[in-house]
Amino acid sequence: MTFRTLDRADTVPGSRSAPAPPRASASLEAQSVSAWFGSHKVLERVSLTMSAGGVTALIGPSGCGKSTFIRILNRMHELVPGAMLAGRVLLDGDDVYGDQVQATDTRRRIGMVFQKPNPFPTMTIRDNVLAGLKLTGQATSGRDALVEQSLQRAGLWNEVRNRLDSPGGALSGGQQQRLCIARALAVGPEVLLMDEPCSALDPTSTRRIEETIGEIARDVTVVIVTHNMQQAQRVSDQCAFFLAAEDEPGRIVEAGATAQIFDAPTDPRTADYVHGRFG
Amino acid sequence: MSVPATVDPAHRVPERPVRPRMVGRDDGLVLVGSAASGMSLVWVVYERLLPLSGPVGFWLLSYVAFLAIYRSVVRSTHGALAARDRVMAVVVTSGALGLAAPLTLIILFVFSKGIGALVKPAFFTQTLAKVGPLSPEDQGGAQHAIVGTLEQLGLTVAVSAPLGVATAVFLNEVGGRLARPVRTIVDAMSGVPSIVAGLFVYSLLIRTLGWSFSGFAASLALAMLMLPSVTRTTEEVLRLVPGGLRESALALGAPEWRATLQVVLPTVRAGVVTAVILGMARAVGETAPLIMTSFNSSVMNWNPFSGPQSSLPIYVYRLVGNSDPGQVRRAWAGALALIVLVLGLFTMARWVGGAPQRRERRRQRRQAPAPAPASAAAAPASTSAAAAPAPTVDLTRTDHPGGPQ
Repeated sequence: MTFRTLDRADTVPGSRSAPAPPRASASLEAQSVSAWFGSHKVLERVSLTMSAGGVTALIGPSGCGKSTFIRILNRMHELVPGAMLAGRVLLDGDDVYGDQVQATDTRRRIGMVFQKPNPFPTMTIRDNVLAGLKLTGQATSGRDALVEQSLQRAGLWNEVRNRLDSPGGALSGGQQQRLCIARALAVGPEVLLMDEPCSALDPTSTRRIEETIGEIARDVTVVIVTHNMQQAQRVSDQCAFFLAAEDEPGRIVEAGATAQIFDAPTDPRTADYVHGRFG
Repeated sequence: MSVPATVDPAHRVPERPVRPRMVGRDDGLVLVGSAASGMSLVWVVYERLLPLSGPVGFWLLSYVAFLAIYRSVVRSTHGALAARDRVMAVVVTSGALGLAAPLTLIILFVFSKGIGALVKPAFFTQTLAKVGPLSPEDQGGAQHAIVGTLEQLGLTVAVSAPLGVATAVFLNEVGGRLARPVRTIVDAMSGVPSIVAGLFVYSLLIRTLGWSFSGFAASLALAMLMLPSVTRTTEEVLRLVPGGLRESALALGAPEWRATLQVVLPTVRAGVVTAVILGMARAVGETAPLIMTSFNSSVMNWNPFSGPQSSLPIYVYRLVGNSDPGQVRRAWAGALALIVLVLGLFTMARWVGGAPQRRERRRQRRQAPAPAPASAAAAPASTSAAAAPAPTVDLTRTDHPGGPQ
């Protein structure tokens, strides 16, 4: 099976007439992060460094706290009633939970793509890409250039360039997910969190998203939660294996370079999991 | 899956598509025949042979006899299972018709009483100012009442729609400790008798603060009645917004108020408009709160903020008890105008509420003739579609409203 790169034209130098070049990617460091829902503890002292410009994959069985962890990184966790946490999250050395930090600023710097593609149904493709600017009250000149640049980075430009004014919901599932990536990239995040971005997509669309991740990882730090071992192996530079024993909070069993996690894990549970023997 | 090499001989017989449980013309005839024979049987036995008569017993027994006959006929032709199925279908359908009948009768009755005076141009162009007991029917009308109703309705919406939507947003998007008591109060408000709303406005604004009777006072009383309806309906549609939409707006760094205003509310715009229109339909027919707020007037009062003002419900209420038959006919015309207004509002609510689905259907119809570009764009990996990108660009233009269909 051959996969054509539809977006070859996207990488032509000079086609990126960026209105404002994307900010440099930033490193993200979690320091003994714990999380609770009410009195139920779901994460136990998780520490992980996600280096700038790299792709970090979080793997592990369902219910081990991966999604909770990723939502703590950009302060989405606190939107859940009864959610609490401990520990620190450092974005380029500054604690995102610091007294002087606004949650909205953190979320603008750390974008997120969800499991289910969710373009705004009332908006056109163009407005979906620009939604982040409108929603954060930023005015930008050169909106068309930003739309083109964001869609190109998400690998969607060639498919939608002639129908930017049709509704975002009219796209296929995989295109919708790439539109959501373009929407997240348009606000110029330094980190992009992806919570199982391909679990609702067919293999072809999954492949396109993975190509997109490879492209954007050059200027954005990517953290991806995935249940697909092959995907983790294909896209990530480093991996963290989460596991929760029965009635216990989730914790990181092993973290390190992807090659090491898959080929020479130190913990037998990691070896069992990545080779599909449980989970 | 392997395909058999030889064609199954059964495949040569032409196929006849059948819908399970399909009802054909014969079944309709059986229905009509059963009804006729049931009525005939009851007429002979009940009206002629037995020492009994009367329309209630006749129709009741006819219905029972009809069901019994229909059941035995279907049983003999289609079997016991079909008989049970069809008899239950007939019972349910006739129950629905029985419920719809009173409503239809009310509308037909008001229509027959009111249409005579309603079609006279004077109804819309004149007031009751110069109408006396001997005035001919083509003089005098409800212009002042129609103007009053429209002005009061407009003010009611201006007060209760923003307040109702804001309350619903508070209940569903903001929440917190206060949400529960507020919801309880809204529920209690929807049970407030309309006369109490009128009395409240009368005692507070007119008696205590010394306002004059006015259309605006009536609007405030009506807004009290409309507010809970708008709030609860809007809250219901807000609940249907997927949480993922809110989350993705917030994940872009939006403050919650922008996420609500620019993502959540636009998504449910049709539902909110429907909620407001349904609330209007409730408020426009209320009479009791008007008696002591807008009072009544037989002359035109364009200013809703000062002086008594008429409106359609109060116009009907004052005229229908009049000893002058001409006034009674004008009252019926007013009642008919009110029903038409309410039906118009309901139709509008259905139409607005269905707008997103209609847009979706139109979009699908536009896309239907050219399914190729969508699939080519969605599945670029299939090797047969390798030459697709160039035509994709052109074909997708059919998505534009102005493009070739």
